[in-house]
Amino acid sequence: MNDSRKRLINGNQAIAAAAIDAGCRYYFSYPITPQSEIPEYLSLHLPEVGGTFLQAESEIASINMVLGASAAGARAMTSSSGPGISLKQEGLSYMAADELPALIVNISRTGPGLGGIAASQGDYFQATKGGGHGDYRIIVLAPSSVQEMYDLTIKGFDLADTYRTPVMILADSVLGQMKESVVMGGRKKSTPTKKDWALTGCEGRSPSIIKSLYLDGDKSSEHNRKLFEKYQRIQKNEVICELNRCKDADLILIAFGSAARIAKTSIETAREKGIKVGMLRPITLFPFPNQQVRDISTNIKDILVVEQNTGQMVEDVLISASENARVTFYGKPSGNVLEAEEILCQIERCMNKVGT
Amino acid sequence: MYYDVTIAGFGGQGIMAIGNILAEAAMREGKNVTYWPSYSAEMRGGTANCTVVISTNEIGSPVVAFPISAIIMNLPSLKKYQSRIRKDGLLIVNTSLIDQGEIQRDDVDIVKAPLISLAREAGNDRLSNMVALGIFLAKTQVVRLDSLFETFRIVLDERYHHLIPSNKKAIQRGIDFVTKLT
Amino acid sequence: MKQVFKRPESLRDVSFHFCPGCHHGIIHRLVAEAIDRLRIRTKTIGIASVGCSVFLYDYFDTDVCEAPHGRAPAVATGVKRVHKDRIVFAFQGDGDLAAIGTSEIIHAANRGENITVIFVNNTVYGMTGGQMAPTTMLGQHTTTTPRGRSFLGDGYPLKVSELLATLEGCSFVARVAVNNPANVRRARKMILKAFEMQVNNMGFSFVEVLSACPTNWKMTPLDALKRVDNELIPYFPLKVFREKTIPDKL
Repeated sequence: MNDSRKRLINGNQAIAAAAIDAGCRYYFSYPITPQSEIPEYLSLHLPEVGGTFLQAESEIASINMVLGASAAGARAMTSSSGPGISLKQEGLSYMAADELPALIVNISRTGPGLGGIAASQGDYFQATKGGGHGDYRIIVLAPSSVQEMYDLTIKGFDLADTYRTPVMILADSVLGQMKESVVMGGRKKSTPTKKDWALTGCEGRSPSIIKSLYLDGDKSSEHNRKLFEKYQRIQKNEVICELNRCKDADLILIAFGSAARIAKTSIETAREKGIKVGMLRPITLFPFPNQQVRDISTNIKDILVVEQNTGQMVEDVLISASENARVTFYGKPSGNVLEAEEILCQIERCMNKVGT
Repeated sequence: MYYDVTIAGFGGQGIMAIGNILAEAAMREGKNVTYWPSYSAEMRGGTANCTVVISTNEIGSPVVAFPISAIIMNLPSLKKYQSRIRKDGLLIVNTSLIDQGEIQRDDVDIVKAPLISLAREAGNDRLSNMVALGIFLAKTQVVRLDSLFETFRIVLDERYHHLIPSNKKAIQRGIDFVTKLT
Repeated sequence: MKQVFKRPESLRDVSFHFCPGCHHGIIHRLVAEAIDRLRIRTKTIGIASVGCSVFLYDYFDTDVCEAPHGRAPAVATGVKRVHKDRIVFAFQGDGDLAAIGTSEIIHAANRGENITVIFVNNTVYGMTGGQMAPTTMLGQHTTTTPRGRSFLGDGYPLKVSELLATLEGCSFVARVAVNNPANVRRARKMILKAFEMQVNNMGFSFVEVLSACPTNWKMTPLDALKRVDNELIPYFPLKVFREKTIPDKL
């Protein structure tokens, strides 16, 4: 169907457009490839809606500007890539402790170190296990199409406000640079929630404080327990994953983001060859779909985990899978992008083992 | 229907531009499409390539290791991609910059086109990319010519809008080149 | 009987935790007086930094946001960009501002962010136990310069006001001290002026306050006052380094 609302844009532009549609009016960042289209788009379009675009002196300053804007009650956002996200971890840890909502975008590089701008899922651990110092988690969303880059950005802002927590969009250059048609707007408008905790000056109320220092042992325990209970609520209520062709499958492939997208072609080809393979695609990486993986691996014993790294999400799969499940891992180190054909080879290898 | 093409050459040859035009035109015809660029860090002179996938079904991988067709604008790209083109696929080679002796495939449909000379004949030798697009269109009919023309104002930067007529002429030159071959 | 002295409204009715002879309490009071004087308490958002200054939120009766070490000017930038009609001030020590936060302070100043920064320079990291700060004097003994600070290896004490005064974005840059009544009166005036700059949208305003830390200087409070005069002021002169003129309001 020819839909006039469709636009051909890349994933980074979809994120930027979604931020504006989500009511985000404050964006602070520092330049880094391969996410440059985000600041470029927002520097042009945020001022048109009365928003603020500020290119900060550093990644550290930009996340702390986000911290300030969020503390002031605004929807705020920053974006970067691996090395920049490492620098932002200090601010992210404070924001998790301060219970400040914000959206952070990581269009990963192929680190460690400076790495390159090719395909990478090497930041899974950093994103899902806290990332900075201390005992905390942030919500991590993993789109696998340009439309999802748009939709999950809007959802990310809503989740951030609901749970008063930083939310990360984790993607890579495959998704950031690829163009696809996107339908924007038209959905239920995302509305920023009322924030009675925000710092606005204490006119007509007693002063508010946003802080993370608890020198008293009891108070510190209490605060950390409160955070922990929030993460449990998130784990209980917010898991999203896609199950595709799993009903009759002999083998379940588990992958997220760009790897899942590429694996879709492998699964189609395998099906054409009569191989019954389905896919479980985590869309929330934290909260990870532990229960879904457990349930599916109780019925279907063979699991193939595919990642564009040397093995990160597979650890969460191993924790979640039922005792009898046989989990095979195929990882391609960050750099050259995964190819549908090599994933197909792995599917065929796994199938040769099925039933043995 | 499903079709994919990898377009490759030097940065500055307009590789990304024709990939974008093709993708935009396919989208306007209601097809699913992915466009995936890949380039080196240099703004000019590095290698550039992009892959466009067009399908009436949902598209899985935007990354195509073994494309059905390829438009090859320089020698390094020919060396990188020619072995990867699927059997019975299509290979368009820019013989203005590539010695024909470098072509090793005999199991694909090969169009050897002196793109720069053809572009010069059409009025602007910098539009070899558009000639290539015209050739591709004539060989594959994967989108309609009018859909392609409709995209110019969207895809091309405004400072190039005065060149739209010459772009159209260059595409037409590509189409005519194919017609004369058959 | 006529009351001649009282607690500023912008300070809470609590006792300071600061060590005997520490100047933080005086500086808090002067900032609170400026806020009272301009009647901006309910419009003010303070940014606490890391170090002894972090307890700002225990003492100021205003909204306060804590910032990571050195990042107060960036946090203040975020708050102020959202609430352009509120008064935002950061309160930072020398380790925080002049070492780990050098980048944030310079760029906030250079952007002319319409915020006010109060910089407490006591030539030492106070809360962490008296380590060398960027402003530690040559020869000064600290817990990490047991033989005294040497310019070979440690460098020279950093003159932050002089550095910032070169930046066009600054509306006001001054250095003051609070070690005697005359200096306190002058400091009160300068801090008020810095806040006035922000109220009048003049851009970044900055006051460096030379402050005593008798505990980490291992001195009596009285000797610490003398040290400010004898050692600090000769190297860190009290001066208005930059002052833009507030245009008369019609």
